[in-house]
Amino acid sequence: MSIKEIQDQIIEEFSIYDEWLDKYEYLIDLGREMPLVAESDKTDSNLIDGCQSRVWLTCSRSADGRLHFAADSDAIITKGIISLLIRVFEGQTPQDILAADLYFIDAIGLKENLSPTRAGGLMAMVKRILAYAQEAAEG
Amino acid sequence: MNFVQQIRGSFPILGRKAGGRPLVYFDNAATSQRPESVLDLQQQLCSGHNANIHRAVHTLSYEATEAYEAGRKAAQAFIGAAQPEEIVLTAGATAAINLVADCMARGGFLSGGAILLTEAEHHSNIVPWQMACEKSGARLEVVPVAAGRDFPNTGAVDMEAYRAALRRGVKMVAITHVSNILGVVNPVKEMVAEAHALGIPVLVDGAQGIVHRRVDVQDMDCDFYVFSGHKIYAPTGIGVLYGKRQWLEKLPPYMGGGDMVDKVTFEKTTYADLPLKFEAGTANFVAAACLAPALDLATSLALSPDAREHERALMAAMAESLQSIPGLWLAAADATDRIPLYSFTIEGVHPLDAAMLMDKMGVALRSGHMCAEPIVDRIGGGSMLRASLMAYNTLEEVEAFRAALERTVKMLKQ
Repeated sequence: MSIKEIQDQIIEEFSIYDEWLDKYEYLIDLGREMPLVAESDKTDSNLIDGCQSRVWLTCSRSADGRLHFAADSDAIITKGIISLLIRVFEGQTPQDILAADLYFIDAIGLKENLSPTRAGGLMAMVKRILAYAQEAAEG
Repeated sequence: MNFVQQIRGSFPILGRKAGGRPLVYFDNAATSQRPESVLDLQQQLCSGHNANIHRAVHTLSYEATEAYEAGRKAAQAFIGAAQPEEIVLTAGATAAINLVADCMARGGFLSGGAILLTEAEHHSNIVPWQMACEKSGARLEVVPVAAGRDFPNTGAVDMEAYRAALRRGVKMVAITHVSNILGVVNPVKEMVAEAHALGIPVLVDGAQGIVHRRVDVQDMDCDFYVFSGHKIYAPTGIGVLYGKRQWLEKLPPYMGGGDMVDKVTFEKTTYADLPLKFEAGTANFVAAACLAPALDLATSLALSPDAREHERALMAAMAESLQSIPGLWLAAADATDRIPLYSFTIEGVHPLDAAMLMDKMGVALRSGHMCAEPIVDRIGGGSMLRASLMAYNTLEEVEAFRAALERTVKMLKQ
């Protein structure tokens, strides 16, 4: 599926929730289901330090040139949002990631989580994903 | 009309909603809300009396200057300073502490000695002193407080350690009146007396204390007392530095610029008398003027006997609510004298997650290290939740907070 198709799918999934708390309940569930990053990969170089929660992100490249991500956080809602980001970018090519228009976060009403005051490190995480893609595209 | 209705009626913002529910604003230690009297004066000054102060002879400038100086006089009366010259208007408590720290360092008052702080200071009363240390070659002496899981949890400053530290070459004491993490009222009068017995000057950081206790700087006898307007019903961008006249005269000026000078030539400049010597540049005269209605409200309502009684009821309800949450650990739970400010952790719950969910239920809390990393790192593992109440909060809000917190914990612990 393309980055756009996955984003539309997520928007569709969230459209059934009218209540804010239900959305967060779903995010918490997503956070719980997300595979963990191995403790040995929770290194300083993989750490994206937000003001209030920590996020670890690893990236690998398969033989076909596509990028694969794993991430973790000490805060469960942050982890839920991360899992959505990973779902969007997982297995995509560096070129597609760099060209992507990331609109689903706004569309499902989680834009405030990317604002500096939320300080959850998510904006920094998106930047890190783009930096990995840039590096891969150049290499 | 009872006290709560009367005070709430003055704050239009308290009627709004957040997350689709009635707002429960429990982040007052970060900033308080502004009453109508302050909002009206802001509007009135901007629309009818806007001019640069202390400079021109025209009508608007005269009116603006009058309003600015009325703010200074209100601050003087509020804390019982002997003279208006002892009230320096700054951008806030942070700016005031930076002023004192920098001028003490440049004036040579810290050289080769130590600056004594408590462990529970917020960054504004740590970092300016570290910078002063760099300029003066001084060092920090940090006195512990009794808070944490393995200690008596009173939040009290270790007075024995304080007395001992004072004798290790301390040249300046900078302590908080009430810590923004612990909420405990420090025995500042006693601490000042101990320091003065050894000839050491004391700055008291009143950012939280001024809001919940009547302060008389002459009785406290501190050399400096600082607070921010925005935590006590005034706008942001204004703060008060009280300094004893003898100290303010001894200190060198802080920033150079207009309004702080007597005569300027390229060869030599002489400085203005107190307090303008420390007020370079165009001041935030609107915010300064608003100190008058803000402190008037504090005097007539927020610090009245009715308010103290209401605050005691709020504190009893908060203590009960917090105790009802399993796994909740409250900093300084055994404090003997506290303000309605509560920092806590909940087992298995990340403070950021909890604050986000509480927000969706209409409850505004703080989370994280709350600008006091050293103490939050030690007692809260780097991140805590904080609920801070003011006189305008209600018992119904405490109940809404409790219900929201219970639901939050349930959602996060499943």
